Amino acid sequence: MTATVRRRKPVPTKRAGNGSRPARRPLAKAPTGIPGLDEITNGGLPRGRPTLVCGGAGCGKTLLAMEFLVRGALDYDEPGVFMSFEETTDDLVENAQSLGFDLRRLSARRRLLLDHVQLEREKHMESGEYDLEGLFIRLGHAIETIHAKRVVLDTIEVLFSGLSDKFVVRAELARLFRWLKMQRVTAIVTGEREGERLTRHGLEEFVSDCVILLDQRVMEQSATRRLRILKYRGSGHGGNEMPFLIDDHGLSVLPITSLGLAHQASTAHLPTGVAGLDAMFGKKGFFRGNSVLVSGTAGTGKSSLAAHFAEAACRRGERCLYFAFEESSSQIMRNMRSVGIDFEPWTRRDLLRVHAQRPTALGLEAHLVAMHRLIDDWKPRVVVVDPVTSMIAVGSEIEVKAMLARLIDFMKLRQITALFTSLTEGGAAAERTDLGVSSLMDVWMLLGNPEANGERNRTIQIIKARGMAHSNQVREFVMTDHGITLVEISRRADGSVAIGSARDAQESGPSDDPKPSRRRKFE
Amino acid sequence: MKNGARRTWRLRLYVAGQTPKSITALANLKRLCDSHLAGRYRIEVVDLLDKPHLARRDDIVVIPTLVRQLPPPIRKIIGDLSNVERVLVGLDVVPHNDEE
Repeated sequence: MTATVRRRKPVPTKRAGNGSRPARRPLAKAPTGIPGLDEITNGGLPRGRPTLVCGGAGCGKTLLAMEFLVRGALDYDEPGVFMSFEETTDDLVENAQSLGFDLRRLSARRRLLLDHVQLEREKHMESGEYDLEGLFIRLGHAIETIHAKRVVLDTIEVLFSGLSDKFVVRAELARLFRWLKMQRVTAIVTGEREGERLTRHGLEEFVSDCVILLDQRVMEQSATRRLRILKYRGSGHGGNEMPFLIDDHGLSVLPITSLGLAHQASTAHLPTGVAGLDAMFGKKGFFRGNSVLVSGTAGTGKSSLAAHFAEAACRRGERCLYFAFEESSSQIMRNMRSVGIDFEPWTRRDLLRVHAQRPTALGLEAHLVAMHRLIDDWKPRVVVVDPVTSMIAVGSEIEVKAMLARLIDFMKLRQITALFTSLTEGGAAAERTDLGVSSLMDVWMLLGNPEANGERNRTIQIIKARGMAHSNQVREFVMTDHGITLVEISRRADGSVAIGSARDAQESGPSDDPKPSRRRKFE
Repeated sequence: MKNGARRTWRLRLYVAGQTPKSITALANLKRLCDSHLAGRYRIEVVDLLDKPHLARRDDIVVIPTLVRQLPPPIRKIIGDLSNVERVLVGLDVVPHNDEE
């Protein structure tokens, strides 16, 4: 068995060009210039080869292909030919305008050549045998005219509906793909997805190097676009579905693991903003660049803790970006004033920005991109997302987790310390985060307000803190008009920690406590 | 006699070099014109190998392609024109016998 396999290896494959390629040489790539896409393809599309981009109607094939040409022409000095079998050149120009691309100008500068092929069956009659030599001549001449390095054929499957002789079309397509390789152009060929088939007429048979699948789904009222690299011969590539967006900046693909966990881990410390809390982290607080999760049921003080953290950043003169998904910015300011935290001076000095938005206002990916942009534009050192759980309103749990992973990667790369609050539904196990995101986090704090003996008391505990010594105690805290204050520990004789009235009793009664508590802050 | 029937037909045949299909197409076209449009047709052969820019200008991808320039409207027939019936329908030529 193995012997046959080994013997077979050196035999050149049928496909032209491949046999002569030394196996070790890294595949030459043509960058698309589309943010994210070059990361997941490790540098772009296979240079000098055709790539198939397929998907259903309206999935963004044409725009992806067009952006590939425009970026090539503008950023990589590679002019391109766009041969459209469906849309007229006027339509192409108009559609590209919505992405901010001026195709007329590029055409005038001979960086781009748009050609619309009309091949509707009702516009001609067939009599006898034919071939597609005219297409080769036409495309060849276009490539020569502007010295094109890139070519798009969108979508060539129209040939199948325009011409009745399917055998001729298939044979000519096979010839066309060989010819494209000989021209050494990097090409995108688009195909329409149909049912379980990648393309209606099996274009994937002709393209052996790279196949990209686009998809658009409507889930819970919001449309999400996804991209997946189905195949990339000779190159590593992310096999996951990546969300992508089309907006007035063009396409952006949001790779989940583009960072690859290669970020630098900082050893610099960052105060939590709550004095007693720093002590629980070995007196120092978080590490810079940490992702911190604060979870708890409703009314446990998550936002207040977040506000302390934000304010502490501002006091150090660091910018803090606060994403609020449930309250308006003025409501947050008012609420925080009631616990003694005044955001206003910090917003006036532009050290704090509160970005309030309803989670349902945008799709999940749109949120992510908006957050990326805000962070990239303003460059905060500290980011608060309050609460991250409200994103569930927009996407499924898996999607939200994937989005969060990307956001965390993105911030870690920039050494931004981020604090996420997470609302635990009542009745759920307190340690269960609703998103199952705790594994993504460096630090996880759990807030609670357990009811016992006719009262509710506030508690805080550290579930985990990567790379840091941390307290294992459940601590009580109170909310005063000066904010959150941790209450001194009071131990019963058996060594258990007493909280609330139990602690009062402990302290006022005949005590054998070696460390009497100093003072009560709150009744 | 119908108005315009006397007018000259202008036909253009797009080919790419002297291929068997191109030669067949031209021969078929000449035969057909001689029997149905005798004395009132003009055939122009365009070889795209010589004038590649015309492929885009005139929107040609299939070879051979026959285009009826005149009388209007423009009509296209693709193939080596071996099916005479279809060429006649495609060109909208009234067969010779009926006209006399």
